[in-house]
Amino acid sequence: MPALLEIKNVVKNYDGKTPVLEGVSLELNRGEVIVLIGPSGCGKSTLLRCINGLEAIQGGEICLEGKAIDYNKKDLTGLRQKIGMVFQSYELFPHMTILDNIILAPTKVAGVNKERAKKEAMELLNKVGLAHKAKAYPRELSGGQKQRVAIVRALAMHPEILLFDEVTAALDPEMVREVLDVMLDLAKQGSTMIIVTHEMQFAEAVADRVYFLDKGNIVETGRPKSFFSAPKTERARQFLNIFEFESIKDEKEEYNI
Amino acid sequence: MDFGFIKQVFPLYVHAAILTLKIGILGIILAIAVGLLCTLILHKKIPVLRQLVSIYIELSRNTPLLIQLFFIYYGLPKLGIRIDAFICGVIGLAFLGGSYMCEAFRSGIETIDKIQEESALSLGLSHNQALFYILLPQAISISTPAFVANIIFLLKETSVFSAISLMDLMFTAKDLIGIYYKTVESLALLVFFYLIILLPVSILGSYVERKVRYAGFGS
Repeated sequence: MPALLEIKNVVKNYDGKTPVLEGVSLELNRGEVIVLIGPSGCGKSTLLRCINGLEAIQGGEICLEGKAIDYNKKDLTGLRQKIGMVFQSYELFPHMTILDNIILAPTKVAGVNKERAKKEAMELLNKVGLAHKAKAYPRELSGGQKQRVAIVRALAMHPEILLFDEVTAALDPEMVREVLDVMLDLAKQGSTMIIVTHEMQFAEAVADRVYFLDKGNIVETGRPKSFFSAPKTERARQFLNIFEFESIKDEKEEYNI
Repeated sequence: MDFGFIKQVFPLYVHAAILTLKIGILGIILAIAVGLLCTLILHKKIPVLRQLVSIYIELSRNTPLLIQLFFIYYGLPKLGIRIDAFICGVIGLAFLGGSYMCEAFRSGIETIDKIQEESALSLGLSHNQALFYILLPQAISISTPAFVANIIFLLKETSVFSAISLMDLMFTAKDLIGIYYKTVESLALLVFFYLIILLPVSILGSYVERKVRYAGFGS
């Protein structure tokens, strides 16, 4: 049986110039959590965008349940119903209440009856402790709350796979935890996820496998424990070292803002 | 000031104001429709139509309403198309206003981050659904100030309708001055009636602007 998601030799370049992805391959099985790490510009976010069809690929193929994604289709709605995505900047719809944000896709795309969608949305909101915000507008929520709503909004479509694109990168430190906890819960419940993150401890806790990307290539992959304690490649070692240093600097910068 | 005269001609002004309002409201509704249609054509990048819309916008924005009206009212009959003055007024206003409304909507849509649309797409919405549920509602509230300004501008532009012998407010005032030489009274009534029409629009406009600004932005 093929893996749930197969990425085979994917090449991506913008405007035919320097490739962002130079032949990336990976497999994701049902119930697995993969974490992608690497320096900025290494192509990890681009890979996520290719997986749910926001970017077309120029080589290789991406197969979901054994079927290759056809990027020529105008609307990839079928694919995107199966692959949910959460963005760094939340991207809630500012003109809708939290509840309307969540039920939009279930009612308009999946054809769920409005009352049922609302009921389910409230259950999901309750799980992330935000049921009392259902009638609020996004601007009334903190960053961490917004991101939890964004996760709920993606979950409301019951996707097979969830993609997380640096979802805590824009958050204040004390809000990072509340979002990561939601993701840890999802992982415990057996959700299939691909996570791009710079939170290394979280990556180690949540991942089944870690992929380290650099300059559009997968440089190293392994179990989180062995990867973080003893990276095999020099490049990964360098990156993890730099990260330690950066994490100290980041704390200082937070106070300067 | 001859108040007897004012009292006597007041009904004439009411009549004219109703005509001005009728043309104004119909013209503006049409202008909004034209504006939205053009915005959709430009946003969807529909070939040929898109070029036509660009030509229309330049033509409409760079010629005065008076000349547009003259062309429709006096020019078109020469080509065998005869249109009633009232409809001419409505068409003229829609022709002028459509391009302004289009520009207002378009700048609204352009202000919205592309990732908002991507976020809608990633939930499984089609491009059209993203446009109607996510982009347009936000664009309309972003462009509300420009939108209100356009409505006021178009209502004021109705003052040139007298040129195609529509018995609007301006026509009535000029007529009365010509007949009775009561210049001050006639003009005072003209100003009064334009204020009666425009002040509520202005006040309502700023109310709506405040409303939409606080409705859901600032995230």
